[in-house]
Amino acid sequence: MGKVFAVILVVIALASAVPIITHTWYGSRISLSPPEDISTHGHAIDEQLSETMIEAGLLFLAAQSLLAFFVWTFADPKDDTEIKTFPGGARAMVITALVLVGTEILALGVFGQKAWANVYFRPAAPDALEIQAQAGQFAFYFRYPGVDGKFGQLHPDKIDEGNSNFFGLDPANDVESRDDIVAGELAIPVQREIHLLMHAKDVGHSFYVRELRIQQDFVPGLDLSVHFTATKVGKYEIVCTQLCGLGHYNMKAYLNVMSQDDFEGWMKQKVSEQ
Amino acid sequence: MRKRQLFAVLFVIMVSPAWLFGAGTVSGKVTYTGTPAKQKPIDMSKEPSCAKQYTTPVTTETIVTGPNNTLQNVVVYVSAGAPDESTAPTQAVTFTQKGCRYLPHVLAMQTGQQVKVLNEDQTSHNIHPLAKVNREWNKSQPPGTPPLSEKFDKEEFIPVKCNVHPWMRGYFAVLKTSYYAISGDNGSFSLPSLPPGKYTITAWQEDYGTQTQDVTITGSETKTVDFTFKAKPY
Repeated sequence: MGKVFAVILVVIALASAVPIITHTWYGSRISLSPPEDISTHGHAIDEQLSETMIEAGLLFLAAQSLLAFFVWTFADPKDDTEIKTFPGGARAMVITALVLVGTEILALGVFGQKAWANVYFRPAAPDALEIQAQAGQFAFYFRYPGVDGKFGQLHPDKIDEGNSNFFGLDPANDVESRDDIVAGELAIPVQREIHLLMHAKDVGHSFYVRELRIQQDFVPGLDLSVHFTATKVGKYEIVCTQLCGLGHYNMKAYLNVMSQDDFEGWMKQKVSEQ
Repeated sequence: MRKRQLFAVLFVIMVSPAWLFGAGTVSGKVTYTGTPAKQKPIDMSKEPSCAKQYTTPVTTETIVTGPNNTLQNVVVYVSAGAPDESTAPTQAVTFTQKGCRYLPHVLAMQTGQQVKVLNEDQTSHNIHPLAKVNREWNKSQPPGTPPLSEKFDKEEFIPVKCNVHPWMRGYFAVLKTSYYAISGDNGSFSLPSLPPGKYTITAWQEDYGTQTQDVTITGSETKTVDFTFKAKPY
């Protein structure tokens, strides 16, 4: 019976090896790798994830194989005597294992921090393009400061979705808000740093663009922000990855990365619609 | 025997005064002065199955104007003076969701009348009438599902929204009377078959609120009642 368990362990180990190995096969059809990275910071995150996958994967395979070996060898004892102590004493082995695993986790944390903190704690460049993102049940809306470069004040009591006032602007009294541009897609120029100011209208939401390697929660009452630079023109999906209610499955928008010229054209078009 | 005849005559007088004395009509136009707010384009990129149905950008419908400063989608109804109507019409009114918009934008109905809600889109909608006087409800309607049927028991102007598509907005005008009309393309309306009497006519616009005017109908005549709203640029 013990031998059966050992075989099962080996099968589990081999099955687990598939994603561990294929995650690095970028671009191939059976790849389980993330989609192409279109950001300036994404490569660091990809490398870190890959490293973590390989290290943790190898350790997992080694542990599974060792376990299978012991089960195969010792699971069916010939005599019925109970094993009371580990042969040869276990203290040294347990301490060694703890130190090794602890070092590995600590190392992953320290090196991983570099990839993440480099994006998160470094402030956006002063000339980054500021765009406000608002998440609400169940859509994203984006606001650009308009020709004057200034965002108008928000008045939650003025929110009137049927009138396309998703942010609660008060153009009757607040001049700065009159030229603010509100769009349902996040249009950005390529190769320009974007500083996204995140605002939750109702409950917790999340901004996730796989190709940008960015996932950041919207938290009601907190002014959070992310910054990134997209490197490839195209249309990418923005999805909400924080369960936010009944329509969560349908909460999405598109990230539209354009050339500088196309972006200026888009902006002109939006200004004319105001 | 004589009593019964008297009752019969009284009954005829009560139920068919229009037939006895002729029926009047109140008609007129709804217009605005000033500059109405520019309607905003609706961005439906989140719902491609709806977005592709339009070649020109659709806009919000808070203020819909016609030629010569006329206003559409204004509910004009007899708010006082009309006889109480105890029974609702059996014919249901229809509210359609098509291209992620509500057709019509403003739907008038009588209290107790059935409203049938249709989903003609390839996507799920969530009809949410924001009722305060009536019972508020909120129902999901996936594509291809049969129409929903509901009714409202009290008089109220109810904003209707879709919980999945924030830009969708419509109104239910639930009225106690059957004497109502919604101003059309050229802002005109007509309330026919009004028996002689004193009436208060109310006009309701979703953004500008209500206005009332009194009118007296003496026989089979047509009285003109015009409403003018003051438009706000924002």
